[in-house]
Amino acid sequence: MEAFTTHTGRAVPLRRSNVDTDQIIPAHWLKKVTRDGFEDGLFEAWRKDPEFVLNRPERQGATVLIAGPDFGTGSSREHAVWALQNYGFKAVISSRFADIFHGNSLKNGLLTVVLDQKTVDALWELTEQDPTAEVTVDLVAREVRAEGVTASFELDENSRWRLLNGLDDISLTLQNEADIAAYEAKRPSFKPRTLQL
Amino acid sequence: MGRTLAEKVWDDHVVRRAEGEPDLLYIDLHLLHEVTSPQAFDGLRKSGRGVRRLDLTIATEDHNTPTLDIDKPIADPVSRAQLETLRKNCADFGVRLHPLGDVEQGVVHVVGPQLGLTQPGMTVVCGDSHTSTHGAFGALAFGIGTSQVEHVLATQTLPMARPKTMAITVDGELPAGVTAKDLILAIIARIGTGGGQGYILEYRGSAIEKLSMEARMTICNMSIEAGARAGMIAPDETTFAYLKGRPHAPQGADWDAAVEYWRTLRTDDDAEFDAEVVIDAAELSPFVTWGTNPGQGAPLSASVPDPASYEDPSERLAAEKALEYMGLEAGQPLRSIEVDTVFVGSCTNGRIEDLRAAADVLRGRKVADGVRMLVVPGSARVGLQAVEEGLDVVFKEAGAEWRHAGCSMCLGMNPDQLKPGERAASTSNRNFEGRQGKGGRTHLVSPQVAAATAVLGRLASPADLTDVDTVTPAGV
Repeated sequence: MEAFTTHTGRAVPLRRSNVDTDQIIPAHWLKKVTRDGFEDGLFEAWRKDPEFVLNRPERQGATVLIAGPDFGTGSSREHAVWALQNYGFKAVISSRFADIFHGNSLKNGLLTVVLDQKTVDALWELTEQDPTAEVTVDLVAREVRAEGVTASFELDENSRWRLLNGLDDISLTLQNEADIAAYEAKRPSFKPRTLQL
Repeated sequence: MGRTLAEKVWDDHVVRRAEGEPDLLYIDLHLLHEVTSPQAFDGLRKSGRGVRRLDLTIATEDHNTPTLDIDKPIADPVSRAQLETLRKNCADFGVRLHPLGDVEQGVVHVVGPQLGLTQPGMTVVCGDSHTSTHGAFGALAFGIGTSQVEHVLATQTLPMARPKTMAITVDGELPAGVTAKDLILAIIARIGTGGGQGYILEYRGSAIEKLSMEARMTICNMSIEAGARAGMIAPDETTFAYLKGRPHAPQGADWDAAVEYWRTLRTDDDAEFDAEVVIDAAELSPFVTWGTNPGQGAPLSASVPDPASYEDPSERLAAEKALEYMGLEAGQPLRSIEVDTVFVGSCTNGRIEDLRAAADVLRGRKVADGVRMLVVPGSARVGLQAVEEGLDVVFKEAGAEWRHAGCSMCLGMNPDQLKPGERAASTSNRNFEGRQGKGGRTHLVSPQVAAATAVLGRLASPADLTDVDTVTPAGV
């Protein structure tokens, strides 16, 4: 995973709540067996409308998505995170994320930042009025900064540490191999097995 | 202080607990399917890792599989390639796989329970958000992303922060004609699509205790639509009776030991939940969705709500956008909404009881002219059982299409899709824009409402059907 420390970029204000993973990346894209090449599927249905915010020329090259509450609801597809990253997004800001999407993002180094709706409203207004306005997402200081907006955000220390250092979860877990083996040794015999090995 | 059911199961699976770190949880059962696993297997290859516990891992094909001509090569080359990738990955790594055409193939969340692999007190994960289904057995079951699929394949564990707990207590008696699907849709409408976010739900109370295992699975299945990763129901005699004798259920002394443990899996009387919601079962009636998220639902007897009636601006905007997408007018009675397609199936309502319920409504009746009805069993075994009971004949005589098992039109990854502007009554779990096909419009309903809707061609419950709708069988 790529490390995330701090990022500054222009933003895309997405004034929609309950943006579900079927909107972020429709199911027919899920047939791909790679982690890349999903950028054209991002918000595919909405992008058919030339006025959709992502299609506006002034939003090209933007890297911070500012979305309404309950972003990423629905399926567990990590493809939603890959699509946002493939497109170029580095961070998503919302007042509430769906659990699985939130977890998937942090595993891939896409920073999901929870801010209260008032701050999200302020960021919407700022970036709608001035598409060149830059938003800084600072994981070191746990702070979002933009013109007229300074807001701190929370992220548990462990997730933050993994992101700041770009650590691989599996390697970290395997450092506890002895604990896993000890647990396995005492599992009850009545637990089912899919195969007799 | 006592512990909740979720806390007990959680505590029993902690491999390692350390200050400032998420708990490392052991996973008892890992279910795989073709869509969310290929990148995980690739990751294993790149890092030279294997599957730690092949004996706790099982795969099936469901999302992409066609429901017609399953003996022929799959027409869509991309779907075919994804299924072939799963087959190769399972062969390379030694994972047990039930491919298309196998008698144990089917929707992953129907297959696990029917094999008896899902048992009380287990941790169950799958790269699919409807893994919450397995919580009906008192298992802690949740959907994971592909990075976590790779993590479980490599380590059989997951680092997880412990969620909070929420009790959803449903007391009283469900009125006649009101099903588990109506209940869960009403719960989601009440707490919202984000209401369960950060919680494990425990459904409890006298109305829940009276439900069959299949009905309990319908409820737990849609916990994710309320924002909760997992939903659970305490195991009881109904659970044990369902499990006894299934292929992977414990036997002999193991059965006795298992049941003894399973009986301890109840929330202690002095345990405290972080939140509680109370629902009176007697007040419920058949429930359907009108919008584009599962929280946008109402009793079938109601009308399409007026977006102006929402105080919250984001909810108002969401309702406006939903009505526009759905092609509905505020104030329009839900019963007046005409449909083109009816879909019975999915991990929510594709089990044998669901098919029986739909067949009972359709028996001696006809699907309305111009309405297409698809019946897709949740698994090949469910399909066989339905044929044994003659349900396939009931569906076919009514004019419905009887198909092979899979996820099918629930998410339209196979050819079973809505066309732009088409409207469906669907027993599945998500009414998102385009979920069942680009531009398709979805109303979530129970199997009974689906069948009655098919007969009348508009949203309806079995109570709306009269003798006039009954057709005399040909030749009588």
